[in-house]
Amino acid sequence: MTGQEFRKMNQQTAPKSPILKNCIWAFLVGGLICVIGQIITGFVMNAGLGIEDARLIGSSTLIAASAILTAFDLYDNIAKHAGAGTLVPITGFANSIVAPAIEYKSEGLILGLAAKMFTIAGPVLVYGITASIIYGLILNLLTLFN
Amino acid sequence: MPERKGQYTVMLSGRPTILGYASVAGKREGEGPLGRGFDMVFEDTSLGEKSWEKAESALQREAFTRALNKAEISPSQVNYLFAGDLLNQNIASTFGLREFGVPVLGQYGACSTMAQTLSMAAIFVDSGAADICGAVTSSHFCSAERQFRFPLEYGGQRPPTAQWTVTGAGSIIVGLGGSGVRIADVTIGCITDLGITDSNNMGAAMAPAAAETIAAYLKDTEAKPDDFDLIITGDLGSVGSDLLRQLMERKNYPLGSNYTDCGLLIYDRDKQDVHAGGSGCGCSASVLCSYILGKMGAGELKNVLFVATGALMSPTSTQQGESIPGIAHLVHLVAMEP
Repeated sequence: MTGQEFRKMNQQTAPKSPILKNCIWAFLVGGLICVIGQIITGFVMNAGLGIEDARLIGSSTLIAASAILTAFDLYDNIAKHAGAGTLVPITGFANSIVAPAIEYKSEGLILGLAAKMFTIAGPVLVYGITASIIYGLILNLLTLFN
Repeated sequence: MPERKGQYTVMLSGRPTILGYASVAGKREGEGPLGRGFDMVFEDTSLGEKSWEKAESALQREAFTRALNKAEISPSQVNYLFAGDLLNQNIASTFGLREFGVPVLGQYGACSTMAQTLSMAAIFVDSGAADICGAVTSSHFCSAERQFRFPLEYGGQRPPTAQWTVTGAGSIIVGLGGSGVRIADVTIGCITDLGITDSNNMGAAMAPAAAETIAAYLKDTEAKPDDFDLIITGDLGSVGSDLLRQLMERKNYPLGSNYTDCGLLIYDRDKQDVHAGGSGCGCSASVLCSYILGKMGAGELKNVLFVATGALMSPTSTQQGESIPGIAHLVHLVAMEP
């Protein structure tokens, strides 16, 4: 049997991920997280802070909540149903930093926790920052000629 | 003395005996359908240790100690111990077994390690190089996850083809004479790679290797799948087992209802959220050293082909885009007539 034949056999045999179910979960949970963020922001604005500060408090509250849920072994149980719903919002980023920090603590505070904290989030930072610099440059050039 | 039969099989004419065996398992495995059969179930997955690696070492230490006790043998009587696990540089074995003062040969066959270590032990005993040998292997869900996948608390989603690494270990003491189950033949498998690259579908990566090894054994010994009470693969899970049946059909050795897989037996797949089933060295090791040898001892099974399967990849090879080579080793076990 050739590899091609076998891979075809595998495609026919292996169950597919339930994409529709996953999408609905992601939509509902991801949406819920954003609604919670919006409520916190609105609440803080009602308390008299400006929109900039309110947004900052909204995001940091979600980050803190995500970190705490991760530490208490709850985040991954929600995420296994929610998928992209918990991955895409800022909560996913927080989880991806806290989870390796907990995991690699056993290799020490420097080479374990600190060095490996960014094993998952590192690429997001590298390419996120690079992309924003490139977009910034483009924007700057465009405004020069305007 | 071992004698070669056909291209791949070694017949052990002295038929080495399994003098003692033991299995230990974690909480989830203890809650599974085979839970009662394990010698020890650890409710605390960390086994009271500071790291997952130490916990896995403790699993091996515990399994080996219990197998020695059941065989009524002291560590100093063991000539060679064949040991392996899934961790880099086999550290679960090294640190778990360093206190015994037994000559050790570390083995790596990924999840096929139980068949590999048992084969080595049996061949050494049958050849006369040793009177008594041991085989021990383990895996731990938490140490395997951090090495091969993501940190435990990372919120990811597993596809339905993914398998769950068993927290468990098995150990067997092999010697000559006595009344235990006998090891009749051994077939060492070739590395087989049909180009599966999805590390979340190990069953598919390993199924062709299992098919090659089983077919090689059947050809070498001129046997048929129906000649055996049980043909059991290590950790193909639901996808790999399905594929193996299809592959064996094509080889004109169709597998009947006497075929199953350790990864399908160890968990209740409907209730335990393990997707395609169990995996890891500890999967085939703990099922062999509880369910299979237990049933053989009770006379319910007489003639068994134990085929442990391994996926020989590393995170580095996967990231570099390599496919996943599979391997499978076969051990033919025969129960003594009462």
